[in-house]
Amino acid sequence: MYENIILVLDATLRVSAPLILAALAGLFSERSGIVNIALEGKILSSAFAAAATTSVTGSIMLGLLAAMMTSTLLSLLHGFACITHRGDQIVSGVAINMLAAGLTVTLGRYWFGLGGQTPPLSNDERFTSITLPGADAVADVPVIGLLYSELISGHNILVYLALALVPVCWWIIFKTRFGLRLRAAGENPHAVDTAGISVAWLRYRALICAGILTGIAGAYLSTAHSAGFVPNMSAGKGYIALAALIFGKWKPVPVLFGCLLFGFLDAMAIRLQGAELPFIGEVPVQAIEILPYVLTVLLLAGFIGRAVGPKSIGVPYVKSR
Amino acid sequence: MNDSKIPAWVSIIVLPLVNILFAFAFSAIIFLAVDVNPIEAAQTMINGAFGYQEGIGYTFYYATNFIFTGLAVAVAFSAGLFNIGGEGQAYIGGLGVGLVCLGLDHTLPFWALLPISMFASMAFGALWALIPAYLQAYRGSHIVITTIMFNFIASSLMVYLMVNVLNQKGQMAPVSRVFEASAGLPGFHTIAGWFGYGFAESPMNLSFLIALLCCVLVWLLLWRTRWGYAIRAMGSSPSAAEYGGINRKRLIIIVMLISGALSGLLSLNEVQGYSQQLKLGFVAGYGFTGIAVCLIGRNHPFGIVLASILFGILYQGGAELSFDFPNIDREMIQVVQALVVLFSGALSLMLVKPTERLFVYLDEKKKSNNTNAAEA
Repeated sequence: MYENIILVLDATLRVSAPLILAALAGLFSERSGIVNIALEGKILSSAFAAAATTSVTGSIMLGLLAAMMTSTLLSLLHGFACITHRGDQIVSGVAINMLAAGLTVTLGRYWFGLGGQTPPLSNDERFTSITLPGADAVADVPVIGLLYSELISGHNILVYLALALVPVCWWIIFKTRFGLRLRAAGENPHAVDTAGISVAWLRYRALICAGILTGIAGAYLSTAHSAGFVPNMSAGKGYIALAALIFGKWKPVPVLFGCLLFGFLDAMAIRLQGAELPFIGEVPVQAIEILPYVLTVLLLAGFIGRAVGPKSIGVPYVKSR
Repeated sequence: MNDSKIPAWVSIIVLPLVNILFAFAFSAIIFLAVDVNPIEAAQTMINGAFGYQEGIGYTFYYATNFIFTGLAVAVAFSAGLFNIGGEGQAYIGGLGVGLVCLGLDHTLPFWALLPISMFASMAFGALWALIPAYLQAYRGSHIVITTIMFNFIASSLMVYLMVNVLNQKGQMAPVSRVFEASAGLPGFHTIAGWFGYGFAESPMNLSFLIALLCCVLVWLLLWRTRWGYAIRAMGSSPSAAEYGGINRKRLIIIVMLISGALSGLLSLNEVQGYSQQLKLGFVAGYGFTGIAVCLIGRNHPFGIVLASILFGILYQGGAELSFDFPNIDREMIQVVQALVVLFSGALSLMLVKPTERLFVYLDEKKKSNNTNAAEA
């Protein structure tokens, strides 16, 4: 039983990592007042960029860099449309998601001729799991041994990075001047403007942060979680991250727990496939799959707590003259 | 919005066309990037879409879907609501059509079955839009987010039903049995036959005519009724509309019910017309394409018909393209579609400022010429 719990939590961490990164990306952009339903497309395209670059150059670091650049470029496109030209942020997000879904497969087919996939990556072209010091030594110690060697040790570097970025993002958004201004741009952009600070430039910087973070999330999917890119491999993770962002009420630590909860549900859905539960019987996998969405809807509706987003979210800022 | 400096014909016809041209120009660059001559590709697409009768049939079969989802987005958009859940509403609408056809195809003749299945598609689609609508109106949760979530819930629900409930006994494939032949919508070739014309067999069917009828009805609703006036008033200024005595909450519900019902009708074409059985994933992104269609059609039923035919050409021509060019598959069409949404939707204001400046400049030049002429 204890071993099972550890294994589920271990899987939870692995599926949560990209959610955490993407949700933090959403946190930056939505806190600055830009709705980001393009997370999905950015994850997908950076997953492709990472796998494609790594398989061509053989360097995983170049792959990661390419992933971050790709999703930052898409972020800038999003900004160009909805900050510079005051376009609809949701329409722009939909366009980026479609673009990512189409372009990754089109370019992938053309470059690699594998029906949209990238060639499989060998182990030294991937972010592989790291064994923390002493993990093997304590593995046989009861309780703590398993906890340390299975759950805490043995993940790839990006999982630890995702977890470490939560306090970093919290610090940037809530403790720095940049963060204060960024939040102000999402709540009351006029005040920011009156203080002589450019709302547009602030929002652009927030989108660049978001681009870098989704880039890591994408690279995680194709070079750490699996070994190569397959079409549509993001499979709704961007939307789940968005749900987690709302679920965490646009605050870093609750967002982290939202991601872990949704990751846990995902890990459970895989384990519970076909299993009989006491009293309930067989739970359909789909019932667990939809829980993140159902919970988010319930939360948004105010049936379990209340989620209120930044005030000026989704509204293009028009500089007053 | 200060459009006064630009003549109406420019902002209604020229600017949208230029935006689409931008999208096509960027698509051409991507075609070049994958070693496909964009002019040859365009020729192949147009030939595939209009060169022979079966191709024409396919073009209009796709267009049928886009008219329904485009109208669905447009009705909600007129009220200032973004219904991004056409995908799920159409999927659940298909469940309605499927249940009616599976349950009644042995007992009822077609003319009695059609009104019931039509009603079912609309009712199921509307019901799927009702919950997000209620939550937006009475609980203040954002409709974009809830409709996205409902797309995923719909998709999981359908997977569950198709795998566990509606599939054929003893078979693994998640498809229902094929409906009785009498339950299917008559194809366009059959309808043409009634009037003594011959037309090649294609998936185009009666629902295309239903789609056109819906265009007329939506036009009447939006521009010729009190509800339509209220909807448009709410779209242009929610606070003014409310001040004018319009019940905003009730209107949100009504608009989303209509929008959901229109999305649901898509399944008439797909389930009762094309595949004549329930299967997974038949909506295949048509709901999202509806957003593009609505943007290009500028929220107007007539524009939506034109935009739907344009997308019908892209889909059918795109299928043809993937036969002829090994470097391309159907995903390429999604790129073109994305660029259209980007330029006609997100960047639609990009050209307004420069055009405005151009006209101001022309205006001043004319004036100074006149004064020069007067002085001389």
